[in-house]
Amino acid sequence: MILTFLTFVPLTAGVLVALLGPDRQKLGRNLAFAASLLALALAVALWALFDNARGGLQFVERAPWVPSLGIEYYVGVDGLGLLTVLLSALIVPFAMLASWKIGNNPKLYFSLVLFLESGLFGTFTAQNFIHWFVFWELSLIPAFFLIRMWGGPNRSSAAFQFFVYTMAGSVAMLAAFLALYAATGAFDFAQLAQAAHRGGLFAGHKTLATAVFLGVLLGLAVKVPLVPFHTWLPAAYTEAPTGTAMLLTGAMSKMGVYGFLRILWPIFPEQMRAWRLPLLVLAAATIVFPAAAAFAQKDLKRMVAYSSINHLGYCLLGIFAAARLTDGTVAWTDEQAAALNGVMLQMFNHGLTASALFYFVGLIEQRGGALRGLNDFGGLRQAAPVFCGLMGIALFASLGLPGLNGFPGEFLIFKGALQLASLTALCSIPGLLLTAIFLLTILQRVFSGPLPAKWSGWPDLTMGERLTALPVITLIFVLGLFPQLLTGVANPAVMQLLKLF
Amino acid sequence: MNLYLECLAALTPEIVIVATALLVLLVDLAVVQEKAAAHRAALAGAITCLGCSLAMVWLALMPCSVHTAMLAVSPMTQWIKLPLLLMTFLAAVLSWHERFTRHAGEYFAMLLLAAAGLMLLVSSDNLLLIFIALELLSISLYALAAFDKGSVASSEAALKYLLFGGMSAAFTLFGISLIYGIAGNLQLGFIAARLRGQPGEPVFYAGLVMTLIGFAFKLAAAPFHLWAPDVYQGAPTPVASFIASGSKVASFFVLARILLTAFPNARGTASLDDFLPGWAPVIIVLAVLSMVAGNVAAIVQTNVKRLLAYSAIAHAGYALLALLAGQRYALSALLFYTITYAFTVLGAFAVVGVVENSGRQASLGDFAGLSRRAPLMSFCMLVFMLSLAGIPPLSGFFGKFYVFTAAAAAPPQLSLLWLVVVAVAASAVSLYYYLQVLKQIYAVAPPPTSSWTRPAVSAQVAIVTLAVIVIALGCVPDLLLGKITALLKSHPF
Amino acid sequence: MLAWTIYISFLAAAFLMFLPGDNPRPAKVTALLAALAGLACALMGVIQCREHAGAGVLTDVVNAPWIAELGIRYHLAADGISLVLVLLTGIAAVAGVLFSWNVETRSREFFALYLALIGGVYGVFLSVDLFLLFVFYEVAIIPKYFLIAIWGSTRREYGAMKLALYSFVGSAMVLVGLIAAYVVAGAKTFDLVELAKHSHSFPAAFQNWAFIVVFVGFAILAGLWPFHTWAPTGHVAAPTAASMLLAGVVMKLGAYGALRVAMTLFPIGLHTWQNTIAALAVVGIVYGALVALVQQDFKFVIGYSSVSHMGFVLLGLMTLTQIGLSGAVLQMFSHGIIAGLLFAVVGRMVYDRTHTRDLAELQPMNLNQVLPFAAATFVVGCAASMGLPGFSGFIAELQVLVGAWQTFPVFAVLAAAGILAGVAYTLRVLLKAFFAEGVVDARARPRCERISLPERAGALLLLAATLIVGLCPRLLLDLITPSLNSPLMKPLWKAGLP
Repeated sequence: MILTFLTFVPLTAGVLVALLGPDRQKLGRNLAFAASLLALALAVALWALFDNARGGLQFVERAPWVPSLGIEYYVGVDGLGLLTVLLSALIVPFAMLASWKIGNNPKLYFSLVLFLESGLFGTFTAQNFIHWFVFWELSLIPAFFLIRMWGGPNRSSAAFQFFVYTMAGSVAMLAAFLALYAATGAFDFAQLAQAAHRGGLFAGHKTLATAVFLGVLLGLAVKVPLVPFHTWLPAAYTEAPTGTAMLLTGAMSKMGVYGFLRILWPIFPEQMRAWRLPLLVLAAATIVFPAAAAFAQKDLKRMVAYSSINHLGYCLLGIFAAARLTDGTVAWTDEQAAALNGVMLQMFNHGLTASALFYFVGLIEQRGGALRGLNDFGGLRQAAPVFCGLMGIALFASLGLPGLNGFPGEFLIFKGALQLASLTALCSIPGLLLTAIFLLTILQRVFSGPLPAKWSGWPDLTMGERLTALPVITLIFVLGLFPQLLTGVANPAVMQLLKLF
Repeated sequence: MNLYLECLAALTPEIVIVATALLVLLVDLAVVQEKAAAHRAALAGAITCLGCSLAMVWLALMPCSVHTAMLAVSPMTQWIKLPLLLMTFLAAVLSWHERFTRHAGEYFAMLLLAAAGLMLLVSSDNLLLIFIALELLSISLYALAAFDKGSVASSEAALKYLLFGGMSAAFTLFGISLIYGIAGNLQLGFIAARLRGQPGEPVFYAGLVMTLIGFAFKLAAAPFHLWAPDVYQGAPTPVASFIASGSKVASFFVLARILLTAFPNARGTASLDDFLPGWAPVIIVLAVLSMVAGNVAAIVQTNVKRLLAYSAIAHAGYALLALLAGQRYALSALLFYTITYAFTVLGAFAVVGVVENSGRQASLGDFAGLSRRAPLMSFCMLVFMLSLAGIPPLSGFFGKFYVFTAAAAAPPQLSLLWLVVVAVAASAVSLYYYLQVLKQIYAVAPPPTSSWTRPAVSAQVAIVTLAVIVIALGCVPDLLLGKITALLKSHPF
Repeated sequence: MLAWTIYISFLAAAFLMFLPGDNPRPAKVTALLAALAGLACALMGVIQCREHAGAGVLTDVVNAPWIAELGIRYHLAADGISLVLVLLTGIAAVAGVLFSWNVETRSREFFALYLALIGGVYGVFLSVDLFLLFVFYEVAIIPKYFLIAIWGSTRREYGAMKLALYSFVGSAMVLVGLIAAYVVAGAKTFDLVELAKHSHSFPAAFQNWAFIVVFVGFAILAGLWPFHTWAPTGHVAAPTAASMLLAGVVMKLGAYGALRVAMTLFPIGLHTWQNTIAALAVVGIVYGALVALVQQDFKFVIGYSSVSHMGFVLLGLMTLTQIGLSGAVLQMFSHGIIAGLLFAVVGRMVYDRTHTRDLAELQPMNLNQVLPFAAATFVVGCAASMGLPGFSGFIAELQVLVGAWQTFPVFAVLAAAGILAGVAYTLRVLLKAFFAEGVVDARARPRCERISLPERAGALLLLAATLIVGLCPRLLLDLITPSLNSPLMKPLWKAGLP
C-alpha cells in the first residue's frame, strides 16, 4: 500500500491546503511543507525496504479499474522508478523552501506544488498506460498555473507555449497508445513489452508500427526535451518562479527520460534500432546547440535553462547509443549497461544540481533587486564567500568535476557511447567543452573580479538559506564520492531493460 | 300510425329545442320587454340552457332508432347531438353577458333554431332533408352574424356570409339534382345501390363535385374559404364561436355520411399513380389547399379572431384527411378530431370574448400581459392554443395523430404518406402563430395603463370547463374514442 | 419507484402554478424539494434495478392499457441506458434549481415550467411505448420556449422561437416516421420491443428513407451538423438554468431518441446511412471546435463546444460497436454534467455579477482574484471538458475513439484532431475569461458579491459527479454495457452488424 499512500498523501494534502480559508496562509504553507516531508519519509522508507538484488517490480499493487477497456490500477517500482521517486521526493521540499517567501496567495501556490508532486509520483510508479497518462496530464495543470500566476513579465506566452507543446505531445502519445490498444487489446506496459518481444506488435504493418512509434516518441521528445522540440523550455524555465523552475528541471524533465526507458525502450525495440541514427544525431544536437546557445546568453536563468537541456541530452545520448543491435556478447552488454547506468545516474544527479543552480540564481535575483544578468554583478566572492562557495560547488558539479556527483553519470555515458556510437559521442564532446566554458564564465563574471560599490553590502547566505542548501550540497558530495549508492539501485533495472531489448 | 309516433318520439329533442326557441321569443316579448337588457338576456339565456339540458338528458337516457325515407335516427346520430347541444349550451352561456344587442330574445331564439338545424342535419340520410337542414342552419347563422348592429364589421360579415352561402347553396342544390337525375333516388343507401357497378358518367361526377363544393364552403375549406376570416372577425364573438364549433362538426359528419354511404364506389384513387376519378382526389386538393393557405395566411395575422379563422381553415384541411382513410378509421378519426377541435376553438373564442369585454379589441397587442391580470384565463388560453397546435398531452395532439395514422393506414398502405407529410409540415409551421399569441399573453409586459374588468363568473366557468375537457380528452382519449368506436361497431353505416 | 420521478415533477409543477402570491421563497424551496425527490427516486431506482440492468434485462416499471383503438399502452420500463440518463436528469435538475436561486421575478412560473420540462425529460427516458415517448418528447418543447422567452437575455424571443420551431419540425419528422413504421408493421402496437421485432421485415427501401427522416428529426435536437444552428442562439438567449438543461439534458433527448427509435427500428436503413452520419458527426466535432475558437462571447464558446461534444456522441452511435455505443452513452452523461457546470459558471457566477459576456471586457477584470471559487470551478470544468483523464469525459471519448478506429479509422483521426482543437478553445476561453494579461489594472476589478451557498452546492454536486464517474467509470459502465444487449437493443445486432 505504500505506493498508493505515497501518491495520495500529497494529493489529499493539496486539497486540504486549497480548502483552507484565505486568512490561513501560514498554516497552509506549513501543512504543505509537512506533507512533502512526509512524502520524503515514505520515499526513504521505500528505498530502505527495496531489495537491490531482485530485478523486477516491487511493491506491486494491482486492481481492475475499467476491465472492458483493459485499464487497471497497476503500480510498482523497480530501480528506475525508485530513483525517480526519490528524486522527486527530495526536490519538492527543496523547492518549497525556495518559495517560502512567495508573496501572492502562497496557500494556492503550495497546494499546486503538492498536486504536481502527486502527479510525479503517480507517473513514476504507474505500469498501465491510462493510469500513467492520468498522472502525466495531472502534473501538467499545476505547472501551467504555477508559471501563469506567479511568473515573470512574459509569463502568459511562456505558460501557453509550455501547455500547448506538452499537450500536443500528449495527444500524439494517446493516439499512438490507442492504436496499440486496438492492435493488442492491452494498455499494460509489461504485456505490451512481451508482445513486442515475441514478434512485433503490428505483424506486418511496418508503416503503422513506425507511425505509432513516432507518436510516442513525439510525446516524450517534447517533454525531455529533444532538439528541435525544445523551444518551449527556455521561456518556460525563465519565466517560472524559482521554486517552480526547480521542480520543472529537477523532476518534471525526468518524466521524459523515464518515459523513454519505461515505454519506448521495452515496447519499440525494433523501431529504436531502425531509427537509431537520426535519433543519435538529434541527441548530439541536443548536447551541442543548447550549450552553444547558453554560451551566448546574458541572462543567468536562461543560461541555466539551456544548460538543463544540454545535460538531458547526455541522457538521451546514452539511451540511443545503447539501443544498438549487438550480438549479445558480454563486451557489448557491458558497454550498454554502462551507458544505461550512466543515464540513470545522470538523471538523478542532474536533478539535484540543476535545482540547486536555479535556487542560487533565484537568490541572486532576490538580492540583486530582480537583476540577474551575467554582467550585472562581479566580485561577489568578497561580499558573500559562503554563497560563492556553495554556488561554485553546484556549478562544478554541473560541469562534471570528478568527486562531485555530476561526474559518474557523464563518465559512464561517454564510456558506453564511445564504444557504441563513437562518431556521435565524438561530436558531442564539444558540448562538454562549451558547458565547461560558460559555467566557468559565470563563476568568473559573477564571483571574481572587482566588487562594484553598489554590491558591497551584498548579504551572504542566511542560516535558513544555508540549511536549505545543505542537504543537496551534501548529496552532491556523497553521490560524487560513492556513486555505488545509486548504481546499486539502478543496475538490476538496467539489466532487466537490456534483457528486454 | 306507429311509425309516425316513432318518428315523433325520435324527434323529441328537436321538438324540445324548437319549442324552447318559441318560448324564449314569447317570454321576451310578453314578459320582460321593459326590463333592462341584462335581465332580458339572462332570462332568455337561462331558458335556452334549460331547453338544451332537457334535450341532452332526453338524448342520453332514451336511445331510439328509426329509419324512414327522410329520417335516419340511430344511436350514433343521437349520440352526436350531445356534443352539438353542449356547444350550443356553452355558446348560450357565453352570450349571457354580451352587450352587443338589445334583442336578446331574438338572439337566443336564432341560436336555438340553428341548433335545431344542426340536429336535423345529422338525423337524416335523405339529400333533400339534408339540404333543408343545412339551409335552416345557414340562414340562422347569417342572421346571427349580423346581430351586432352597432358594428359595421358585423353587417359586412353577415352580408358576405349570405352571399357566399347563397351561392354555395345553389351549388349544392344543383349538384343534388344532378345526382338525383342519375340515381333516381334521394336516399343515400338507395343511391349507393343504384350506382353500384355502373361506370361513372361525367354528369354524375359534375354533380358530385358540385355537392362537394357546396359542403367545402360550409367547412371553410380552401379555395372556398374567403368568407371565413371576415365572418369570424366581424361577427359577435359568441356567434363566431358557434359557427366555428357546432356547424363544423355537423357539416363534417354529414359530408362523411354522404361520401361514405352514398358514393363508396366513386371514391377514386388517392395515390399519385394510376389515377381514377372520384371524390378522393377532390378531397385531397381541398385538404392540401386548406392546410397550406390557412397556415401561411395565419402567420401574418395581427387580429386574434382572424388568426383563429385561418387556423380553422387549416384544421378543416387536417380533418378532411380523415375522410380519405380506410373504412375502419375514417369516421372515428373524423368525429374525434372535429369534436375536440370544436370544444377547443369554442374555448379560444370565449377567451377572446372575455378580453374584448374588458374594453379592448381582439388584436395581438390587446393580449399583452394577460397572464398577470387573469392567470386562470391565460392558462386556459394556453391549453386551447397548444391543443390547436397539436402539443401533447392535449386533445388536439391525439386528434391529429389519429387522423394522420388513419390516413397513412389507408389502403394501399402508405399511399397517402405524402399527404401526411404535408399535413405534419403545415402543423409544424402553425406552432409559430399560436406561440405568438401565447408570447403576448405570457412574455410581454402589460401596458402601464391597463384597466381590467373581471370576466363574468359564468364565462369563467364555461372556459374552465372547456379547458378541462380538452386536457381530459388529451390524457385519456378513450373517454371519447371508446364511445365512438363502440357506437360505430354496433351501428356501422 | 422510477415512475415517481415523472409524477413528482409534474405534480410539483402544477402545485407551483396554484401557489398564491409572488413570494419567491416557497417556490424555490418547493422546486428544490421536488428536484431532490426526483434525484432520490432516480438513485433508488438505479439501486433497485441494478441487478436486472446488469443482466441486460428490461425492467418494467408501469405497463397499463391506454388507448385500445390504436394499441397504445402506458408502458414505462428501464434498462441500464435509461437508468444512466435518468440519473443524469436528476443531478442536472438539482443543480439547475440551485443555480436559479436568484430568480426573483415570477419565480413561481419559472420553477413550474422548469419542473414540467424535467418531468417530460424523465418521461422520455423511461418510455418504452413509442407514442408515450413522443408525447413526453413534445411536452418538453413548450416549457423551453417560455423559459427562454420570459427569463432569457440576448434576443430571447427570437432564440426561443427558433428553438421551439426547430424542435417542433424535428418532432414532426419523427412523427411521420413513427406513423409509417406503425402502419407498415401492421401489428397494432406502439411498443418499442414489439415493433423492433418487426424491424427486419420492413422493406429495405422503406427503411432507407424512414431511418434518415426519424434520425434527423431526433438529431436536430442533438445538434447534428448542419441542423445545429438553434443551439448557439438558444443557449445564449436562455437563462442559466435553462441553458444548463438545454445543453445538459435536452440535447441528450435527441441522441437518446436517435438511438432507441431510429437505430433499433430501422437497422437496415441505419446501415445505409452509417457513413454519412458519421461524417456529419465528425464535421460537427471539428466545426464546433473551430468556431468556438474564434468567439468573443463567453456563452457562445460553451454553446459551440456543446455542438462539438455532441458530435462525439453521434459518432459513437454510428460506430455500431459495443465499445463505441458504450462510449456514446457515457459521453451523454459526462457532457451533460460538464456542460451544466460550464454554463452555470458563465451564466450564474460571471454574467449575473459582471453583466457582460464579452471576453474582451472580462479579461481585464482578472476574475480569478475576484471570484476564486468560480475560477477554480471553471478550471476543473475546463479540464473535464478537454477530456483530461480523471474526469468522466476521458473514458467516454476514449471509448468512442476506439470504436471509431475499428469502424472508420479516418474519422477517428479527425475526431482526435477535434480533441486537440477542443483543448485550444477551452484553454483560450479559460485564460481570456479569468486571467488578465500582463499588468493588472486594479481599477478594472468589479465589485462582486461572493459566490453564494446554493451556487457552491450546485458546483460541488456537478464536480463530484464528473470526478466520481471519471475515477470509477465502472459505476456507470456496468449499467451501460450489459444493456447494449437488452431486448430493446437486440435488433441492432441481429442485422448482421458487429
